[in-house]
Amino acid sequence: MAGIPHDSYEPKSGFEKWLHVRLPIVSLVYDTLMIPTPKNLNWMWIWGIVLTFCLVLQIVTGIVLAMHYTPNVDLAFASVEHIMRDVNGGWALRYMHANGASLFFIAVYAHIFRGLYYGSYKSPREVTWIVGMLIYLAMMATGFLGYVLPWGQMSFWGATVITGLFGAIPGIGPIIQEWLLGGPAVDNATLNRFFSLHYLLPFVIVGLVAVHIWAFHTTGNNNPTGVEVRRKSKAEADKDTVSFWPFYVVKDAFALMLILVVFMAVIGFMPNYLGHPDNYIEANPLATPAHIVPEWYYLPFYAILRAITFDVLFLDAKFLGVLMMFGSIAVMMLAPWTDTSPVRSGRYRPQFKWWFWLLGLDFMVLMWCGAQPAEGLVPTISLIGAIYWFAYFLVILPVLGWKEKALPVPETIEADFDAHYPPKTSPAE
Amino acid sequence: MRIIHQKPALLNNRVRRKKKMKSTVFSILAAFGLAVGGTAAYAAGGKSHIEDFDFSFEGPFGKFDQFQLQRGLQVYTEVCAACHGLQYVAFRNLGDAGGPAYGPEEVKAYAAQFEVFDPELDDTRAAIPSDKFPKSALEGAPDLSLMAKARAGFHGPAGLGIFQITKGMGGPEYIASILSGYTGKEMEQAGSTLYENTAFPGGWISMPPPMADGQIDYADGHGNDVHHMAQDVSAFLMWAAEPKMMARKQLGFLGVGFLGLLTILLYLSNKQLWAPVKRKET
Repeated sequence: MAGIPHDSYEPKSGFEKWLHVRLPIVSLVYDTLMIPTPKNLNWMWIWGIVLTFCLVLQIVTGIVLAMHYTPNVDLAFASVEHIMRDVNGGWALRYMHANGASLFFIAVYAHIFRGLYYGSYKSPREVTWIVGMLIYLAMMATGFLGYVLPWGQMSFWGATVITGLFGAIPGIGPIIQEWLLGGPAVDNATLNRFFSLHYLLPFVIVGLVAVHIWAFHTTGNNNPTGVEVRRKSKAEADKDTVSFWPFYVVKDAFALMLILVVFMAVIGFMPNYLGHPDNYIEANPLATPAHIVPEWYYLPFYAILRAITFDVLFLDAKFLGVLMMFGSIAVMMLAPWTDTSPVRSGRYRPQFKWWFWLLGLDFMVLMWCGAQPAEGLVPTISLIGAIYWFAYFLVILPVLGWKEKALPVPETIEADFDAHYPPKTSPAE
Repeated sequence: MRIIHQKPALLNNRVRRKKKMKSTVFSILAAFGLAVGGTAAYAAGGKSHIEDFDFSFEGPFGKFDQFQLQRGLQVYTEVCAACHGLQYVAFRNLGDAGGPAYGPEEVKAYAAQFEVFDPELDDTRAAIPSDKFPKSALEGAPDLSLMAKARAGFHGPAGLGIFQITKGMGGPEYIASILSGYTGKEMEQAGSTLYENTAFPGGWISMPPPMADGQIDYADGHGNDVHHMAQDVSAFLMWAAEPKMMARKQLGFLGVGFLGLLTILLYLSNKQLWAPVKRKET
């Protein structure tokens, strides 16, 4: 890996030398695991490992579930009950898969907001950020497709609502919608293609994750100070970093295990907490649920979708809502260029902090709005929330970079680390 | 048939409300971010009163009461089965440990009461344990296999359903509240009769009051007023919806226990590993 100077792999045994000339795979693994990592990373840098674990968990449980699942409108719901009742450990697999999706999204939101706070998206990590956003989009698609498969009421009506969004595109919308559904309405063709794509997309995510890791292994990790690792010489770099193995592997494993304790408690004691009771009712095209809500992880964007309740010029409200929803994710991708501040980490940006935490609050408020029926004050609050979301990325970040007076940034990562953990000889002790 | 309202004294005795909510549960959930957007909240709309019945299987340590499940099966068989199916439950499951746990002969005899259609014979025959319960006999009567998971009685503060870990999400409570929530008032609407029910969203349900006090005789002499029978059949339907609940809770304890132990070991390893870097004494 390019970037920070470090020891590289030296094949020792005869076999290693033989293999290294032909396929330097041990070298690849060694360089990946031994990457010099800033030694001041805090607990918000654990989410990458949690996300990797989730991806593996979802793929492993998903592959086994697919062995017992039947993608057919007459059999799907019953095949899920077959998994829950007759397949050995099937109930555990399914609850892990369903709640694993929630853990996946909790981790991805923590990961994204960490990136936003510490300026991880800024040069030279723009590609890492954009690939990350693509992973997030692929996760959203995968989650949505997967939620349709049990063929419950929310599956069916969620699919109807979301594919209907594409139908709102002027002119070609209805054609796109019919192409997505494989027919005029959500039916067997829809279920079959959704199953196929739900199986495909995770492997696309695996590929994107490899690129994501490749990208940040090239630039090196960001860290809470936002100060780059010194890389003039290996001796200098060693003062700022520790190797990923064993230091961060063990630290991340500890954090992951703590999270899995809570995860297992959810599986064991309240596995349906994050699910919707209506999805235990088989899909019925003739009975619309009183209140269609997506899974919790889509709620903020669902709120933005519903925030537009008025037509603007020749564009109707529904289409504008769709544009806003996709736009709200697109503006995040622009952050590396709209954030004009030369200071990377939010830790040294006194005004930025306020706006950042307001964005966090905005996200929570939008999530609440997405769960409420669109009546009373909810659309207005959603609209304000949506406006702030866009304003943060398109107005506040550029203006802050220009107006804000940042606090002094530590000279080096070592200096920041020593301030937390003073050297023993230091008189400060 | 008339439903007699519970006397307050009886009610207090029967419905022991669990007030203790472990604050640790809240903090763990909040820390995990689960407190946001708990979706169990949106189930039944409208104002309805769900009574907080006390079931033996609530909370991480709760277990099904085998005899209550057996009584509940009796109520289902003698009352509900006339209209409502249980199509995802197999007769053989009645013999499963952790459930009603009948013996093999009892399961066989029970199954034989039902007629099922056999596509190989192209005719109906008496059911055997490997068959499933029939579908609903009455059009419009929902299947009850998953009813206890398809309804949420408790929405919790701010609709977050946060009590799930100690109380479940209120599915069996919802069923029991419906069964004991008839006021006795009726009205005609569009040619059909609706019955007032305090638990049903909207207040008027099309199902006639299905039970009357003393309608069923329990072999074990258990109380057989509507309130008791409603609780028994609700417990049975919870088992029908989640037959693996006992195994699930066991997995929860195993997972929390073993991973908790691993967490402690990793914590200590991490501390020791970083000590020289942080220049701390171990």
